[in-house]
Amino acid sequence: MSSIVEIKNLVRAFKMGDETVKALNDISFTIDPGEFISIMGSSGSGKTTLLNILGCLDKPTSGEYFLDGTNVGKLSKNELAALRNRKLGFVFQSYNLLARTSAIENVELPLLYNNEISAKERKEKALSALEAVKLTNRMHHLPSQLSGGQQQRVAIARALVNDPVMILADEATGNLDSRTSYEIMMLIQELNNVHGKTIVFVTHEPDIASFTKRTITLRDGRIIKDDVNNNVRKARDVLQNLPVLTE
Amino acid sequence: MKITNLLRIAWRAIQRNKMRAFLTMLGIIIGVAAVISMIAIGQGSKQSIQSQISGMGSNMITIRPISNVTGGARMDNTSVQALSEPDVVALQKHPQYLNAVSPSLSARGQAINGPYNWSTSLQGVSPDYLSIRGWPLQDGNPFTNQDVKTAAKVCLVGQTVINNLFPNGEAVVGKSIRFKNIPFKIVGVLSKKGENTFGQDQDDVILTPITTVQKRVLATIYYQTIFASAADENSTEKAAEEIQQTLRISHRLQKGTDDDFTVRTQAELISTFSSTSRILTILLAVIAGISLVVGGIGIMNIMYVSVTERTKEIGLRMSIGARGTDILMQFLIEAVLIGVTGGLIGVALGITAAKLVTTLLHWPTLVTQASVLLSFMVCFATGVFFGYYPALKASRLDPIEALHYE
Repeated sequence: MSSIVEIKNLVRAFKMGDETVKALNDISFTIDPGEFISIMGSSGSGKTTLLNILGCLDKPTSGEYFLDGTNVGKLSKNELAALRNRKLGFVFQSYNLLARTSAIENVELPLLYNNEISAKERKEKALSALEAVKLTNRMHHLPSQLSGGQQQRVAIARALVNDPVMILADEATGNLDSRTSYEIMMLIQELNNVHGKTIVFVTHEPDIASFTKRTITLRDGRIIKDDVNNNVRKARDVLQNLPVLTE
Repeated sequence: MKITNLLRIAWRAIQRNKMRAFLTMLGIIIGVAAVISMIAIGQGSKQSIQSQISGMGSNMITIRPISNVTGGARMDNTSVQALSEPDVVALQKHPQYLNAVSPSLSARGQAINGPYNWSTSLQGVSPDYLSIRGWPLQDGNPFTNQDVKTAAKVCLVGQTVINNLFPNGEAVVGKSIRFKNIPFKIVGVLSKKGENTFGQDQDDVILTPITTVQKRVLATIYYQTIFASAADENSTEKAAEEIQQTLRISHRLQKGTDDDFTVRTQAELISTFSSTSRILTILLAVIAGISLVVGGIGIMNIMYVSVTERTKEIGLRMSIGARGTDILMQFLIEAVLIGVTGGLIGVALGITAAKLVTTLLHWPTLVTQASVLLSFMVCFATGVFFGYYPALKASRLDPIEALHYE
């Protein structure tokens, strides 16, 4: 099976006045199907730039990026949009759900931009995505009626609904308390282990990275570490060992 | 991108902010309601004026002497001695253009019946006058040509005169009234005609043979007016020309001298009034149009605010696969939906307002299809025109920056 992401000698440079700053400097790595990768690094290390490129929101200055066999650097804006729509799922730190829009309608959103999907299919896919995050009982609730963890689960369902080749999570637990973070990690681990989803998780917390199978660490635009995690923690176990609040 | 999906997305976005959408629509609603009701009032008054004028007899042609200047003193047209019997005789020789010709001469005075009296005018005419004016009798019979020959003291009375002289509601045909101490026998009662366009009471009149007024009341051989009726509505202009030629010969006017009379047709009167009310309609429409533009600017303003406020939403939509054109279409459709929905409400409100004006103020109104269609199209165009730039701004946002916009 060919790899999902293939990055070769990738450079992303920004012009700051007269200077050229290389946010990413000669990066190469591949991601295979079913991997669960965390990308770590302090702020300014280039992890957001890498995420933007992986998410096809930005294009490399030089070098190559193949997503599921497609050379992203050669695509037009509209082709990039179509690629994001069909192949990628995003989970953001601040959920980014549409306000005053029910959970199911939020989940449906990516499919509205896909002409090949009928209204009936849209409903079915949205429902099964909500099922995967165990929120079918809240499908008609508005974001304001859901807790932070539930909102993030709706956002994960939205990332799942188009059956993407890769899910990109940007500090997806950053706005949540530790218990809810672990619950979300448990869900993501389940998506990876049970459903075989390829997941890239950008974070600056080593605690969260310890739940992933592989960690890429960036500093000053370069990969300084690319380790396979031999001792993956299970979020389920962590949750069970948390002290129970008694009142 | 499917149009149904676009419509769904835009409609959901509007529903998320109902109050703001409504307030944005308000400008359009008021504008359209104003356009519809104003045009309805303008058209209604135009139509009612037209129907009133043609109610006077749309074939009617009025010939009046021009008050000539003698020694610097302008005389009023009762004393002008331009129209007389030979003119009527000459006109009656042209039956191919004229159905009927009637001279007319009025005298004001007090009409008396026993204890009741009423200041009114006694109008001398020929029996043809009733057909020229299209004025049927309610009771009795018209006087005859024989009555004209003998200057008979008979009369037809209008409703207002009857109401004032016979307040008890008895039958009046056969009764006698006095006018300037001359007894007149009532032979017929005129049906009610109401006020004319100028607010004059047309029923405040006593009709009597022309010769009776000439010989018994005013002692003159001249006429104030000659009324004629053209053979049909379309030939009034031709008939008017014919009258002019005939009267110039009859008055022995040299080539190059001015007419000493005027010939006016109802069509002229209608067009004079139509143009007045048309100017009024245009004026009202312009004012209403300005309010539509203001409403449109309101849409533009809100759409700009909305684009800024929803920058993050736009970023999200782009990140999950919306193209620039999808975003453009979404905001454009939102603007058009606001415009068109506002237009629909405005049309309904305008029609209601026009109906209310008719019921409460008794002004005639007429809602035309054209005005509804026009304002609807203007709403659509307003939405597109004022929605385009905000939508373009939205579509050109960079997804990365938009996503991180706070």
